[in-house]
Amino acid sequence: MSLEPPDLVTVAPDGRPPEEQPRWRQAFPIDEPQDDYRFRRHFARFLLLTSLAFVVGQAWIVLLSVLSRTRGKPPVQDVAGVAELPVGRAKLFAYPRPGDACVLVRVSHEQFVAFGQQCTHLSCPVIPKPAEGKFHCPCHEGVFDLYTGQPLAGPPRRTLPRITLDIRGGRIYATGVQQEVL
Amino acid sequence: MPVPEAQEFFIDPARCIGCNACVQACTECDTHKGYAMIQLDYIDHASSPQTVPVVCMHCQSPTCAEVCPADAIKRTSDGVVQTARKPRCIACNNCVLACPFGVPKMHTEMRLMMKCDMCYDRTSVGKKPMCASVCPSQALYFGTRTEIEKLRPNSRPINTFSFGAQMITTKVNMLVPKQAAATHLDVIAALHESTIGNSIEDDLLLAGMEATHEP
Repeated sequence: MSLEPPDLVTVAPDGRPPEEQPRWRQAFPIDEPQDDYRFRRHFARFLLLTSLAFVVGQAWIVLLSVLSRTRGKPPVQDVAGVAELPVGRAKLFAYPRPGDACVLVRVSHEQFVAFGQQCTHLSCPVIPKPAEGKFHCPCHEGVFDLYTGQPLAGPPRRTLPRITLDIRGGRIYATGVQQEVL
Repeated sequence: MPVPEAQEFFIDPARCIGCNACVQACTECDTHKGYAMIQLDYIDHASSPQTVPVVCMHCQSPTCAEVCPADAIKRTSDGVVQTARKPRCIACNNCVLACPFGVPKMHTEMRLMMKCDMCYDRTSVGKKPMCASVCPSQALYFGTRTEIEKLRPNSRPINTFSFGAQMITTKVNMLVPKQAAATHLDVIAALHESTIGNSIEDDLLLAGMEATHEP
């Protein structure tokens, strides 16, 4: 295996030397040794760029976690009154930002749970099934536990982000997000 | 291992007896997957049993590889144009249509163009190609230039062809009479000769070609 490209054997149809040929001829040589050389070069470039992309990706993850730490505590938000939600019913709300869909479920007379509504597989909205004690994602038949948010069946592998709740004076407040760290 | 440079392929169409032994032998070559990559073409089937064996001429500037959109046809350092690379070939038939000699064979069931590769498994280890090893009249000969000069004192090898405006230099040689003044062979010349019993005007396509050739 040499580092220099092998000599060309094939003559271009116009008969001119390789230096005068268009660039695509160098990229797609007819000679097998030249082709192998080009393929090796392309493969080495692919490896280099792919590993570079992985390095950048790692740095990006670190940056994101640092940013989320400096962002401060999420706000406290009034979600619903205890009286307006019967047992076995759910209520949608947005928390901590306006676009983040979450679902609040009253599982018993005293107990409320709230989770982010996006399935951890491909971000479809999950549907609470309090009678069966689970969340169901209809896209790919993903199932999460109603009480812990842990994946029970289907493609999801990560737990749903839990919204911590605080009940004061007959009202339910969302106070934070417990996200599973990757 | 490359094919030795001294070993060359010579075709002497005048000696072909049309026995099809080469076609049968070709199917038995390990690189051809049981298919014959050689064929016998009748020069004028109606009036003569004369046949010509057609093998790949292994052009210096292979038209099949030039027209390949998938970069699949490659030529090894010894000048042998190989069968299309299986992972690359898209079975588009461009090479089949472009080859001046009509050599590439398309196998749509395999999605692969296969062509005469001079029995690369044999010639690269110093053996003769299948067809040349069985030809009873030695119309197909594989050997050195000195050997062919001794065997055919009245012939000389020629490896330049014209195909319309295209000039082709090949690795494979065609034997022509020694006295012939020809410097190259015109691949499509036979198309313009009228065949016995048929007027050239019968063929609309050829008539059109004739018209464009005349000033």
